[in-house]
Amino acid sequence: MATPELSAWQRFVETFFRPDLLAEYSDDIALGMVVTCEVAVLVLVCGTALGLLLAYLRALRFRALNFLIVVFVDVMRALPPLVLILLFYFGLPSVGISLSSFVVLWLVLTLVLAAFAEEIFWAGMLSVRDGQWQAARSTGLGFNQTLVWVILPQAVRMTVPPLTNRAIAITKNTALGTVIGVGEILNQATTAQSFTGSATPLMMGAIAYVVLFVPVVMLGRWVETRFAWKRA
Amino acid sequence: MSEPGANGDYILEARGLRKSFGDLEVLKGVDFRVRSGELVFVIGPSGSGKSTLLRCFNRLEEPSAGSVVVHGVDLMARSTDINAMRRRIGMVFQSFNLYPHLRVRSNVTLALRRVLRKPRVEADRIAEAALARVGLADKADAYPSELSGGQQQRVAIARALALEPQLVLFDEPTSALDPELVGSVLTVMRDLRAAGMTMVVVSHEMRFAREAADRVVFMDDGCIVEEGSPEEIFERPRSPRLREFVAEVTR
Ligand SMILES: Nc1ncnc2c1ncn2[C@@H]1O[C@H](COP(=O)(O)OP(=O)(O)OP(=O)(O)O)[C@@H](O)[C@H]1O
Ligand SMILES: [Mg+2]
Repeated sequence: MATPELSAWQRFVETFFRPDLLAEYSDDIALGMVVTCEVAVLVLVCGTALGLLLAYLRALRFRALNFLIVVFVDVMRALPPLVLILLFYFGLPSVGISLSSFVVLWLVLTLVLAAFAEEIFWAGMLSVRDGQWQAARSTGLGFNQTLVWVILPQAVRMTVPPLTNRAIAITKNTALGTVIGVGEILNQATTAQSFTGSATPLMMGAIAYVVLFVPVVMLGRWVETRFAWKRA
Repeated sequence: MSEPGANGDYILEARGLRKSFGDLEVLKGVDFRVRSGELVFVIGPSGSGKSTLLRCFNRLEEPSAGSVVVHGVDLMARSTDINAMRRRIGMVFQSFNLYPHLRVRSNVTLALRRVLRKPRVEADRIAEAALARVGLADKADAYPSELSGGQQQRVAIARALALEPQLVLFDEPTSALDPELVGSVLTVMRDLRAAGMTMVVVSHEMRFAREAADRVVFMDDGCIVEEGSPEEIFERPRSPRLREFVAEVTR
């Protein structure tokens, strides 16, 4: 009598790990990984830099500018990124701006990360006691010098753990690019799935995400414990 | 010897200083002058505006009205390079305000390197001399958190001295210290005085005031109520408010 366990196992393998499909689509998934990495790195670099720039501008305390920054930050944090992606991709062309799907994905995620990063940097800067500003300024350091040499090095300790979490969250959002056809991991996987009717490419996509992100999450955990320990 | 542009023999000359925070007027027209080499003590009840006054002297606090002239330079003038002037006015704070992420040496060299653009070797040499002057030559490689409060305050003094200021402002330099650590800081201040440094000291150390001050200024409610020699202020106070204050702090 055929063991039902074995046939279930076979069904499982047939669904998620069909060898022929594994071979056929591994190149596509690898390509998807490259695209995902490209978007992720560009978003992390640009989003963090823009967030820091916004926090710097906010520290200058120009009232009108601060108002604009706060509005930008709150809107970007309130809206689901998918809404922004669809809005930019399908809305902007009708006002004469058409951006490639890759650029839209990069731009939206960068703006969202910048909004969160601004808040994180700003909170970090506020957490440094006023006396540090006074001491530095009293020795003749200018505003920018004080910020760079005294305030930011201390603020960063506060900033790294929440920023790491936010970076991981935003990088996973690269999967949203699939809805506008950015050829990242999920897009490659769903395309292959619709051709073959098999869930195997989806499983390959999941594995690709695990391969990419588990090291990042582990790095985040390490960074977090390290900085939490330093603060204590 | 007076430098060109120096205003008589006053190193610091403030006139009609006013400062308001919103509706609260904290300084109500203060005139304050300090001669070269003088040690002026400022006393007064909490909230009388002593810290605010001191911070107006290097424009860490922006006066609402009045003038501040340091070494003949009008600090309020638009053309004045305020950062260059602040360098010549040392400031020491109640809470030390050392940079916790930097070693003692770098605490002292930061302004030397970033403001005066001195090369590392020269800045280090100046820092080590300044640290030796406050008795902490052996602590250059420590972090501030590894030092006692008294040691931290002496590093803060070294940080100010390294820039060769013409005037040092002290805002309650010993108030945050345990009693047994106060002496080491006062010793450094005594040495500074002996070396001819011009100092304005806000403090409640009345014994130190009697022994070291050339002049004592009593502030209350944003005004200078009385000033004179330590004997005049402590032995023969004229105004009732000063009499009350002296009785309270010497009890
Ligand atoms: N940044 C500020 N904003 C609003 N009010 C302030 C500010 N700084 C000081 N004050 C107020 O100004 C008044 C004088 O403060 P200041 O610190 O100059 O007093 P002080 O004489 O140094 O007192 P203490 O002996 O307690 O240090 C206080 O009532 C204080 O609350
Ligand atoms: Mg005070």
